[in-house]
Amino acid sequence: METIRKFERVCEIIDHNQRNAARLIPILQAVQAEYRYLPEEILTFVATSLGISPARVFGVATFYSLFTLKPKGKYLIRVCNGTACHVKGSMGLYGAIVKKLGLRDGEDSTPDMLFTVETVNCLGACGLSPAMVVNDEVYGQLTPQRVSDIVDEIVLKEAQNESDAHGA
Amino acid sequence: MNGTVIFIDNKEIPIENEQNLLELIRKAGVDLPTFCYHSELSIYGACRLCMVQVEGMGLVPACSTPPTPEMKVSTNTEEIRKMRKIIVELLLANHSQNCPTCQKNTTCQLQALAKRFGITKVRFKNQLREMPPDESSPSLVRDPNKCVLCGDCVRICSEVQSVGAIDFAYRGAQTVVIPSFGKALDQVECVNCGQCARICPTGALTPKSEVDEVWKDIHNPSKVVVAQVAPAVRVAIGEMFGLPSGTTTTGQIAAALRAIGFDKIYDTSFTADLTVLEESGEFIKRVTTGDRIPQFTSCCPAWVKFVEQYYPEFVNHLSSCRSPQQMFGALAKEMLSSELNVKPEDIVVVSIMPCTAKKFEAKRPEFERDGVRDVDHVLTTQEFGRMIEEAGLHFKELGPESFHMPFGFKTGAGVIFGNSGGVSEAVLRYVSEKLTGQKHESYEFTSVRGENGIREAKLSVAGNEFTLAVVSGLGNARRALDRIRSGEAHYDFVEVMACPGGCVGGAGQPVFSDPLVRRQRTKGLYENDRMLELHKSQDNPYIAELYGTVLGEVGSHKAHELLHTSYRTRKRILDEDVSISSGDEKSLDISVCFGTSCFLKGSQKLLHDILGHIRSKGLNARVNVNASFCFEKCDKGPTIKVGSRTIEGCTIEKAIEAIKREGVALAEEVRQNV
Repeated sequence: METIRKFERVCEIIDHNQRNAARLIPILQAVQAEYRYLPEEILTFVATSLGISPARVFGVATFYSLFTLKPKGKYLIRVCNGTACHVKGSMGLYGAIVKKLGLRDGEDSTPDMLFTVETVNCLGACGLSPAMVVNDEVYGQLTPQRVSDIVDEIVLKEAQNESDAHGA
Repeated sequence: MNGTVIFIDNKEIPIENEQNLLELIRKAGVDLPTFCYHSELSIYGACRLCMVQVEGMGLVPACSTPPTPEMKVSTNTEEIRKMRKIIVELLLANHSQNCPTCQKNTTCQLQALAKRFGITKVRFKNQLREMPPDESSPSLVRDPNKCVLCGDCVRICSEVQSVGAIDFAYRGAQTVVIPSFGKALDQVECVNCGQCARICPTGALTPKSEVDEVWKDIHNPSKVVVAQVAPAVRVAIGEMFGLPSGTTTTGQIAAALRAIGFDKIYDTSFTADLTVLEESGEFIKRVTTGDRIPQFTSCCPAWVKFVEQYYPEFVNHLSSCRSPQQMFGALAKEMLSSELNVKPEDIVVVSIMPCTAKKFEAKRPEFERDGVRDVDHVLTTQEFGRMIEEAGLHFKELGPESFHMPFGFKTGAGVIFGNSGGVSEAVLRYVSEKLTGQKHESYEFTSVRGENGIREAKLSVAGNEFTLAVVSGLGNARRALDRIRSGEAHYDFVEVMACPGGCVGGAGQPVFSDPLVRRQRTKGLYENDRMLELHKSQDNPYIAELYGTVLGEVGSHKAHELLHTSYRTRKRILDEDVSISSGDEKSLDISVCFGTSCFLKGSQKLLHDILGHIRSKGLNARVNVNASFCFEKCDKGPTIKVGSRTIEGCTIEKAIEAIKREGVALAEEVRQNV
């Protein structure tokens, strides 16, 4: 029933934006907030309801790095690789996370879709370098050990939530 | 602004309604280079080749800079020349290097600019990331390795044709022009009109060639290869051999086809004459009974696909007549087989067309009998020109020869099919005599002629008032259809050609970008009409003979079998269902159509109600619910599919009943399995 709720939510989002094609970007943002990515068939649906071509919607969705057409994990880890962070060893942090999560070459998400890791070019937090963001939370002055602990903390929290849900 | 002047390279040039510097500079006789400026498209300013020096402003793009009085413009400073060279070199460094084998070799604008700027060496290393070309479409080939990202194709597809099948995707160095989600061109809403290929300055979009297949059949002694030549070809092919556009070369075309090795040479204008009789017969019948008015023409396959995918409610307004190309194919296979004593499968029908969509049309599943295609190959004017070159013929010097009879005889009415307004005029020439029962001396109906993309004409024939619309360009067609749908406009007959100006401006024609070329070709066709002996399709003696021996009368059973067809509503994009809810493995599939037409008819509410029903009855585990895009039953929406059953005009009551019906069966099946 989760997908029904999401789909009805998409219909709401489009209606809420008056089916106005000029509001495509806010619509895509809201849709992405719902699905954590932009599914192809939902983009086709959005295009159809706004009366614009799917190719145009696809163009907008691929232009902005904010949008993603690939499913992302519940926790999105973005490791800063701007100049300051890079100099302070950000790629080492990235490597530590990839190793910790057991990601193989070319993979950026864990099979359970709990984590996705990517690098970004400068979070604007150079004073905290090396830095990373997990969803909306910023972490600074990191070490490989610290990032590994952060991942452990999240896994633990998730496990607790799970058992709480079952216990209830 | 009028009455003032600007100075271009110290020359005084008066401003007369020009909206930008580029137009003024061209008026001053300077051929400023550009990829992305076309008077028929919006201004994009991407290629930066038209940069000029303006006193007090520095370097500005001429295409997007409006003129102001007394402006001082320089077009050839050292800085500008250097910059142009670098732009072209950078484009070349990111471009496929196989010019000699490219379809656009010698007509490519990038090649021409490299030559013009004297670029003999590219100073940058080639950076091209080779990508596979898309050859999925029967009409067009998209080769991203030759794209310069000028956006001309994107704009003509969305602005002029209102289709938008391709667009820019990704960004920066990764930018490409592709169909939605990187799908193949034959999986999306492309109508195959090929205007993108016409306007593409390089070889990134080109008509798909069938030249090799045609040569193979010509060289095969057991095949009888039959050519049909469309009207618009005769006033354009000369351009490839140095003749002015609009020059009629019908005789040379026949000579060239014979020299190449075609066994029979016929004229599509003959079946255009036939189309006039059948389509007019249908029109008179429909207009007198008030049935499905307006009647739309159906000669243009891009327009037909456009209606099928965007205007399902108008599909049955299309004339049921096949296009002249397909009428010819069906007749040739039917009649020549016995006449020439060869098996139908050994007759090869090759069309020479100004069009890329005709390639798609010839491959439609409707146009086949007992496994034999009506039309086997479609060559564009360009491809035919290349065959002439390959055969080493001096086209200009060929002595004119004649077509074979009976399908080589045409009237002027069949010839003007090649330009916008021609079909309407040809129909009027027939209808006016048919309804009055009198022969008329005059034959020209100039009120349907002209250059506007939407023209209207009111005519009184034998006491009947007819309103006609003549439309070219699919964006104009969309505007006309929307006005018809809203009741703002009423027409009895609507002619639509997908390409601006009609077939003379087709994407298969020799490469051109100046609208003047189109005008000259149109003029050529009207001159042709005047020069021919007969001007009305009903006067064509071979048409009369054909009805006498084979078809019976207009609209007869036999005529319907050979000359008419049917259409269907069609999905725009393949494979885009949204899974809403899934049950277990044995679940019943319910799909609710969310295509535009069903959506407007309330499929969102219907889905909501169906989900409510499923929830309230606790059927979650027993059904899979999908939102689907188009079951191609758009005229009777909203449509849902329950199991294998399609329910048109669906209401929540009908849906519940259908689910119940399937649900009982499902329950029994489950019980039996237990």
